[in-house]
Amino acid sequence: MKFSNVRTPLAKVRGWGSAHEGTHHFLWQRITALALIPLSLWFVWSILHLETGANQVELIHWLSSGLHASALILLLLAMFYHAKLGVQVIIEDYIHSPALKILSLLANLFLMYGLAAVSVISVLKLHLFIVPQ
Amino acid sequence: MTQKPASTTFERPLSPHLQVYKPQLTTMLSITHRATGAALAVGTLFLVGWLWSAAYDIRCFEALSGFFNKTLGQLMLFGWSFAFYFHLCNGIRHLFWDIGKGFELPAVYRSGYIVLVSTCLLTGLTWMAVFAMGGTQ
Repeated sequence: MKFSNVRTPLAKVRGWGSAHEGTHHFLWQRITALALIPLSLWFVWSILHLETGANQVELIHWLSSGLHASALILLLLAMFYHAKLGVQVIIEDYIHSPALKILSLLANLFLMYGLAAVSVISVLKLHLFIVPQ
Repeated sequence: MTQKPASTTFERPLSPHLQVYKPQLTTMLSITHRATGAALAVGTLFLVGWLWSAAYDIRCFEALSGFFNKTLGQLMLFGWSFAFYFHLCNGIRHLFWDIGKGFELPAVYRSGYIVLVSTCLLTGLTWMAVFAMGGTQ
């Protein structure tokens, strides 16, 4: 499926596909995937250098840089949105009971957005952390 | 009285599914992409726990760091890194398909082998770097 023809003629006429969305899911899975290529490689590279001590002071020092903290927050947002879209497809494919499917989809949504919030606030706190002298 | 016609109660044969197909590189890489994606989604829990504990619970952070320096923790990190590199490499393969490139059968197999080799190389290089930097005790 190429980007130029992801919409069927009928979807163009009616404005929506059968799921009332879909192009959005398809496109954002790819957009976040593209963003995650440099962000995740940068993160692994950084962690490799941190790992020598992996202590809290070293982590705080690394995140005291605005650039590092911003990049990590971007990584977390792209990662959790990408994970939310991916797990959603797995649920839609394998869980057939309508009630269980809706519950799982909601749980996925709340969990991924919750984890994103918790991790972003942690990065912000570490960024603003003042190491006791 | 409603009675189902015999034709709807008859045990109909199901269409052939996974068990009748010979495993092939293409299908195996496809399901591994989904499996590694699911594993990475679970792995995010540890990443969040690491960041949250560093910010809010230093004793929990030290316990987590200790765990990831032991054998089981290192094995989990190894599995995580393998899943990450596989999902990354095969994801790039998917992005090429999305722009309509590499659909011919030989190309699909070639890119499949490139994904496997790159995943092993990147995982190996990463862990050589870990040991070279003395990251594990």
